[in-house]
Amino acid sequence: MSKEKFDYFIKGEKGKYEVVIGLEVHAQVLSKSKLFSGSSTKFGADPNNQVSLIDSAFPGMLPVINEECVKQAVRTGLGLNAKINNYSVFDRKNYFYADLPQGYQISQYKNPIVGEGKVLLDMPYGSKEIGIERLHLEQDAGKSIHDMDPSNTYVDLNRSGIALMEIVSKPDLRSPDEVNAYIKKLRSIMRYLGTCDGNMQEGSLRADVNVSVRKEGDTNFGTRCEIKNVNSIKFMQMAIEYEAARQVELIENGKKIDQETRLFDTKKNETRSMRSKEDAHDYRYFPDPDLLPLKLEQKLIDDLKKSLPELPDKKKERFVKEYGLNAYESNVLVSEKEISDYYEEVAKLSDKKLAATWMMGDLFAMLNDRGLDISKSPISAKHFAELVQAIKSGEISGRIAKEVFEIMVESGDNPKKIIESKGMKQQSDPKELEKMINEILSKNKDKVDQYKAGKEKLYGFFIGQVMKLSGGKANPQLTNEILKKLLKG
Amino acid sequence: MADITNQSLNEIIENVKTKKISSTELTKAYVKNIESAKKLNVFVTTTFDQALDKAKQFDNKPNFDQLLPGMPLAVKDLFCTENTKTTAGSNILNNFIPSYESTVTKNLWDHGSFLLGKLNCDEFAMGSSNETSHFGNVINPVGDQLVPGGSSGGSSSALAADLTPATIGTDTGGSIRQPASFTGTVGLKPTYGLCSRWGIVAFASSLDQAGPMTKTIKDCAIMLEAMSGFDKKDSTSINKKKEQYSKNLKDNIKGLKIGIPKEYRVDNMPKEVDELWEKGKKILKDLGAQLIDISLPHTKYALPTYYIVAPAEASSNLARYDGVRYGYRSKQGKDLIEMYEKTRSEGFGDEVKRRILIGTYVLSSGYYDAYYLKAQKVRQLIKKDFDDSFKKIDAILTPSTPSSAFKIGEKTNDPVSMYLNDIFTVPVNLAGLPALSMPAGVDNKGHPLGLQLIGKALDEQKILNIGYAFEKNCGFKNEIKKWWS
Repeated sequence: MSKEKFDYFIKGEKGKYEVVIGLEVHAQVLSKSKLFSGSSTKFGADPNNQVSLIDSAFPGMLPVINEECVKQAVRTGLGLNAKINNYSVFDRKNYFYADLPQGYQISQYKNPIVGEGKVLLDMPYGSKEIGIERLHLEQDAGKSIHDMDPSNTYVDLNRSGIALMEIVSKPDLRSPDEVNAYIKKLRSIMRYLGTCDGNMQEGSLRADVNVSVRKEGDTNFGTRCEIKNVNSIKFMQMAIEYEAARQVELIENGKKIDQETRLFDTKKNETRSMRSKEDAHDYRYFPDPDLLPLKLEQKLIDDLKKSLPELPDKKKERFVKEYGLNAYESNVLVSEKEISDYYEEVAKLSDKKLAATWMMGDLFAMLNDRGLDISKSPISAKHFAELVQAIKSGEISGRIAKEVFEIMVESGDNPKKIIESKGMKQQSDPKELEKMINEILSKNKDKVDQYKAGKEKLYGFFIGQVMKLSGGKANPQLTNEILKKLLKG
Repeated sequence: MADITNQSLNEIIENVKTKKISSTELTKAYVKNIESAKKLNVFVTTTFDQALDKAKQFDNKPNFDQLLPGMPLAVKDLFCTENTKTTAGSNILNNFIPSYESTVTKNLWDHGSFLLGKLNCDEFAMGSSNETSHFGNVINPVGDQLVPGGSSGGSSSALAADLTPATIGTDTGGSIRQPASFTGTVGLKPTYGLCSRWGIVAFASSLDQAGPMTKTIKDCAIMLEAMSGFDKKDSTSINKKKEQYSKNLKDNIKGLKIGIPKEYRVDNMPKEVDELWEKGKKILKDLGAQLIDISLPHTKYALPTYYIVAPAEASSNLARYDGVRYGYRSKQGKDLIEMYEKTRSEGFGDEVKRRILIGTYVLSSGYYDAYYLKAQKVRQLIKKDFDDSFKKIDAILTPSTPSSAFKIGEKTNDPVSMYLNDIFTVPVNLAGLPALSMPAGVDNKGHPLGLQLIGKALDEQKILNIGYAFEKNCGFKNEIKKWWS
């Protein structure tokens, strides 16, 4: 890993500005049913098909907490090295909107289920710790659809009441790259835990981005603006860049930054004011009297802790120790649980280092080209391990291996079958090779003499001849040994 | 046989069990009574056809082992009833037909009873006189100029006028006990969490509790037994074994310690109320109970505390009535905000609006600490007063209300004097305790007055027993002339 230096500043005419970023990530809890009702949470159902009387707030309906969602929040908290609060409270956040049936969102305000924690980022300039302020559980709202009809708004309540975890970071992030790394790390941890699928296209992971700027070296924070509901990492980065530049320009022109909520317009690539601090809603938070305070027994927390899977940071250490990988390789291979699972399966059956090299090279390139997740890889881990072993044992050369790999992708066949049926096996019989090389040398006596007289460049010519004659299948290492021996003789 | 409808629920059940009367005959008798009592404005909806069907079904295949065999029951229109309009006394729900049955009413039906109709009540149970209902005020059978109390005024009136053998109400600050007191009937507010709130139109969630309203203590025990029970659909429901209140009813109260709180003697309280209280003490003492003077020092803060907590919760609970998904929607609004404004302006009555405004105010940033938070702290102190007292006593005896039924229109322009009516009932809701109002006598106008027995949490059996002993020795008889028919 190259040790670069952190260098993300906005350059104004009056100096360099540091960008201070804090994120409120909304992660949809992976659960079969909603936070306070039995309705399904499956994505993609027809509008208003996953709505119970509770989700649509009929008179007399009462929320009942879904224990699985609570456990998922605790697991996530543990994964973020955070303090789990044995006592937390659900509050009502009151506001009117057509897709908010109760007229309030059940959320956690003063007493969240998870307190302070931390996340480690691997940046090119070293590892950086990002503080977690809190994590709380809350209900999602429904969806208002304004463009289906010129004069009416349609409301889809399928999302209404789905459990979200709001994960609030400390203002520790300093660049769009760090935001990228942070979101990816959070997503990776939650996927390892199975607490959120992290699918940003489906809205399972969204964030409100708080941005402020200050002169390099200043210790006080500047006035921040909150950019609401950004649903991709790219948009977050674009919004931050735009917003930071906007704020720097205001400061440089001697103007004041208003604390406000802004929207990111993805088409125009700009942030726009949504409402100022004065217009901010008064949400009239108060404890939801329909729900008792959530009391968690320490045993439940301890049991959940014991049952946590190995998380990326730990796994990375283990990969270095157990498989002899370097930090960079480990980092890449643990970034997603499925990738690490694939790697471990391959590494069990083949050379560990070579497997890593080939995975991160040809396999990732192929998946990337085809836009596939590793779980959808056309090459199974077992076949991939066989290919790695065939390279390692000298059965095929690296060059041939690339051809075999291509055929594996297309056919899904195992490499042994491909190598055999296409006669791609490397020629590794020393006697055969010696015979072939002797033939070449005797045909090119003049060149042998020249070589012996000092024209060492000709060595490449002999190798080329061997490869030509063998159809590229001659074992390169063995060829080298034999050729050197014979040329000396 | 003679008019069966003026009998107690328990007597009627005996008559049905011994086949002296069929469920159908009984139901028809109530239908007749109800049809001739329209002046009282007790019913919002009647379900006679459905009731007669159910009665016939019962008679064809009677099961006398149930608690409420073949009993037609009218219930407060705050309980959601499947396929039967449920209005909560409000214009905003005047077309609302639930697809579900509240747990409490379902429990009643599961014990052999069926729905006779839905009873008028104050809008969203906000009121002490049944004058805030969108469907007009209810008249107290005791006198044609009198309110029946509220918010369960339709329930108390129906019961006293023999329009239902027993009924249920809800009590957030006295809405069962005060109307019971005003009509010479029995009303019990159970321990918070004993009866499920699922399917009851919410007023103030931390205070609302459904309870029985009956002619006798025994009836009260039967109804409580039928309607109560743990419900996993209500997170505040108490998970405990079901009690057999009626079977375990005993009239021996010898040695029980009855607390008499000095703070319940308030200024300007009519002499008769005080005298009645003295009478009650004497009866209990004569039955072998021991009277103990106690102090509940934070009582005076109960009413202001209640009128912060209850509106705060109500302002949020009523936010769902926005015209979007069900109920009334104004056709006037040009956009979403205007639609909300018009719908809620036209849909809610003045008292409901007043409480939404109070509730919104006390929760607002900058006022929350001074009002809502402080009220919650005081609420804890009020609860602690009771907890401390109950270490040395079994129950508390107080008047139910500071006066008998007042005149229609007498207090409608003075909300605070209306609120003062709840002064003896409200502390119990804040503390989550069970309390019973039982008829004890009449004032100089001949209007009924009740006494209240407050018990420890989940000590319903004990206050029912005390009430049972009291009832036998009190000699009160509700003499209501049927002037309306």
